[in-house]
Amino acid sequence: MSQEKREKIAVDKLDPKFKDQVAQERGGEMIVRCFACGTCSASCPVRQANDRFNPRRIIHMVLLGLKDEVLSDDFVWLCAGCFSCQERCPQGVKIGDLMTALRNIAVREGHIHPSFTAQMNLLGKAGRLMEIGDFENKKRGRFKLPPIQQDAAEVRTLLEKCGVLQPEEVQDRGGG
Amino acid sequence: MRATLEKDKKLEYALFLGCTVPVRGMNYETSARQVAQKLGIALVDKEGFSCCGFPVQSVNKHAALLLAARNLSLAEEAGLDICVLCSACGVNLSEANHAFQSDPDLLSRINADLKAVGKSYSGKTKVKHFVRILYEEVGLDQLRKHIRQPLSGLAVAPFYGCHYLKPAEIHDRFEDPEDPKSLEQLIEITGAQALYHSSRISCCGGGVLGIDEPTAQKVAKMTLDSAKATGADALVLQCGTCDVMLEVSQKKIGKTFEVEYNLPVVYYPQLLGLAMGISPEELGFALNRVGSREFLERVQSLPIG
Ligand code: SF4
Ligand code: SF4
Repeated sequence: MSQEKREKIAVDKLDPKFKDQVAQERGGEMIVRCFACGTCSASCPVRQANDRFNPRRIIHMVLLGLKDEVLSDDFVWLCAGCFSCQERCPQGVKIGDLMTALRNIAVREGHIHPSFTAQMNLLGKAGRLMEIGDFENKKRGRFKLPPIQQDAAEVRTLLEKCGVLQPEEVQDRGGG
Repeated sequence: MRATLEKDKKLEYALFLGCTVPVRGMNYETSARQVAQKLGIALVDKEGFSCCGFPVQSVNKHAALLLAARNLSLAEEAGLDICVLCSACGVNLSEANHAFQSDPDLLSRINADLKAVGKSYSGKTKVKHFVRILYEEVGLDQLRKHIRQPLSGLAVAPFYGCHYLKPAEIHDRFEDPEDPKSLEQLIEITGAQALYHSSRISCCGGGVLGIDEPTAQKVAKMTLDSAKATGADALVLQCGTCDVMLEVSQKKIGKTFEVEYNLPVVYYPQLLGLAMGISPEELGFALNRVGSREFLERVQSLPIG
């Protein structure tokens, strides 16, 4: 992104209420306690592997109110949820939970990562991320493992209730 | 820490398999069941368990708690605590319990939603990882009594992964997440040596695999490098997702970075099972993908202690 564009976003679209919105989300409560020490970034394995991702910077952007930049960029999805940072933050910011909170807000604002759309659809169909059918059960049998009857109906109902999935009219709801 | 196995304390759990283990970790599942049976731990199969809810939390935290509560309610109905094999299932189910305990209002909202599927949850189901059950409920002393073929001469690199230990608050701080000891101690009762390496408490990278594979591979590489440098006969782990990164993807990662790892990866119950005298077939070694033949030959060549 060019410097020029970045400045423009910063001036036009700063949302000073963004940090409050994040602080009201489950997991985001402690964000305002961050004093930018950088312990989280120093502990972060994803940061080590990919310098596009930097938890302290994301927190700083939230505190500044750079809402659109935070929510629409895919870096909120890069957190591996390992909690290395969370155990070490001297201010008790629950950074892993905070990243989850940011994703939840991003989803509500229409920025779901496509890999999660696929996963949610699969959960609605199978009740699990890896389908279990005859093939899998046969293989399980070879290792003397009991068969698993997959049944997605209740999972689907609950996901629809929360708006994670849209109700489907003619889809078979059993999934198995 | 909880007491070790009392004389007549019966260990019985609903076995919660989650998504990955029953499909991609059948060697883990079968070795855990074998070991449990020999140790007198009853693992009960309950119908109706689904995904634990972990992957849903990124999209909608409430929905993740709801799926967790549904699973927990099934165990509660059966009057059983839950044993998990996957560390992510463990953290998601335990975190839900933790949240419900500290926020009764949340639990009532969850129960209002659970009505849609005719369930309710009061918060009684405890959740423990299988390896933690071995460590805390069976206990090292009791385990030692079951060792038939000590693996003296074998040296392995432990890998805890993240969610077995962290967030520590969710796991009743049963271990110091910065300096854990349980896996080393559990390895050492088999007679094998546990080698220290700097990535033993690192992240496997599995959490970003679906988002950015090159990043996930780089994260996994750090662990493979540090484990490989110890000269270990194998890497020992206890989570199906960690296995997907460190074993299933090992060749691919090696290719990307032009390194030949060929580092056998075994699940802890497989290692324990060998030391208990259970056959490699029964422990599912046919499904280990990296160097399992060499590893088993190495085990066979050990002087019988
Ligand atoms: S470790 Fe905590 S206080 Fe330090 S920068 Fe990260 S969130 Fe802020
Ligand atoms: S939880 Fe996320 S931000 Fe924190 S160290 Fe792990 S990958 Fe980095």
